[in-house]
Amino acid sequence: MTDLSKTRRAFITTGATVIGAASLSGASGVFRNAYAQSLAPTPTMRGGANNYLPGAPVVERIGGGGFLMTGTVHRAGDGAPLAGRRIQMWAHTTEGHERDVHSHGATLTNEDGIFQLEMPQIVPAFGQAHGHLAYDTEYDDGKFETVFMRPVMSSAKDKTLHVAFVLQPV
Amino acid sequence: MVDRQRPRYGAALKFLLWCGLMAAVVIPVAIAASSPLLAWRDPIYVAAGFAGVIAMALLLLQPLLVGGYLPGVSGLRGRRIHRWVGGGLLAAVVLHVAGLWLTSPPDVIDALLLRSPTPFSVWGVIALWAVFAAALLAAFRPRLRLSVPLWRLAHSALAMLIVVGSVIHALQIDGTMGAVSKAILCVLVIAATGWVILDLRSWAVLRRNQP
Repeated sequence: MTDLSKTRRAFITTGATVIGAASLSGASGVFRNAYAQSLAPTPTMRGGANNYLPGAPVVERIGGGGFLMTGTVHRAGDGAPLAGRRIQMWAHTTEGHERDVHSHGATLTNEDGIFQLEMPQIVPAFGQAHGHLAYDTEYDDGKFETVFMRPVMSSAKDKTLHVAFVLQPV
Repeated sequence: MVDRQRPRYGAALKFLLWCGLMAAVVIPVAIAASSPLLAWRDPIYVAAGFAGVIAMALLLLQPLLVGGYLPGVSGLRGRRIHRWVGGGLLAAVVLHVAGLWLTSPPDVIDALLLRSPTPFSVWGVIALWAVFAAALLAAFRPRLRLSVPLWRLAHSALAMLIVVGSVIHALQIDGTMGAVSKAILCVLVIAATGWVILDLRSWAVLRRNQP
């Protein structure tokens, strides 16, 4: 038992070192490609697809705005930024419930794989201040697997939320 | 003189106890009723939330009634009201879940299937089933023909599950209840439940065969 726990501890420590080293090299441009080879795809989060209305239109702004949803979209594996990807989002806000059509909207990423869309202030609902985002391959060009996200705000008073997508090529 | 003053003091204490209990029940509900979140919820969602808050408040009454601690409602009378309040608690819990279901069906289905992303959901569902079980145990008490100590052990164990589940459920939720009044209500519910279980020696049946 002692040997096993030692081995496990050593394994965990080694794992942490590898992850730490990977993060460091990921941050520095020199080793970026070496790190990006292992960039894992974002898994769908539990409850992420709840109250999803497929195919929300691309809009300038959802409702009156006041809250900024931002994010990035990269390709799994090499970490290349993905331009023109359609990201749909919805939430319980000061202007409506999640199920309401007017609570939904979509935007496209720019050439750096960055997206941002203004929407009404997200307010706590069902116990947490949270948003929903989707990359749905049915409403894009079908080159990547569908992902549903359900990020939780660290504070209900936050006026912005950032979400990173890493998409798995089909 | 002393004998004459005793009832007067008793009346004052009774009054204070009732005021304290009313405050413990009414203040959290009143604070929830003034929550800014209500402005952004439709009536069904508002009602569903309040059903939950009221259920939490009723949880405080239950041990005090069955233990006969409330002045003027001791003994059989307290136990009879405990039964009615239990029915109310069951109704409040059903309204809570039904209202949430109408507001966001997938979130409630996830909770009931124990696959919700929110950690408080599973505690709510545990408390929900424990409420059903405790109510069934009470409704079929004559037919079950359990001994009093055994029935009491089962009902008390479910009550503890209801209280623990509900308290964790409520404390983790960012909802209409005020953080302080919610915490105080939760502490009072735990204290009252613990008190009555100790006082009625609910576990007595477990010790019967021991020296």
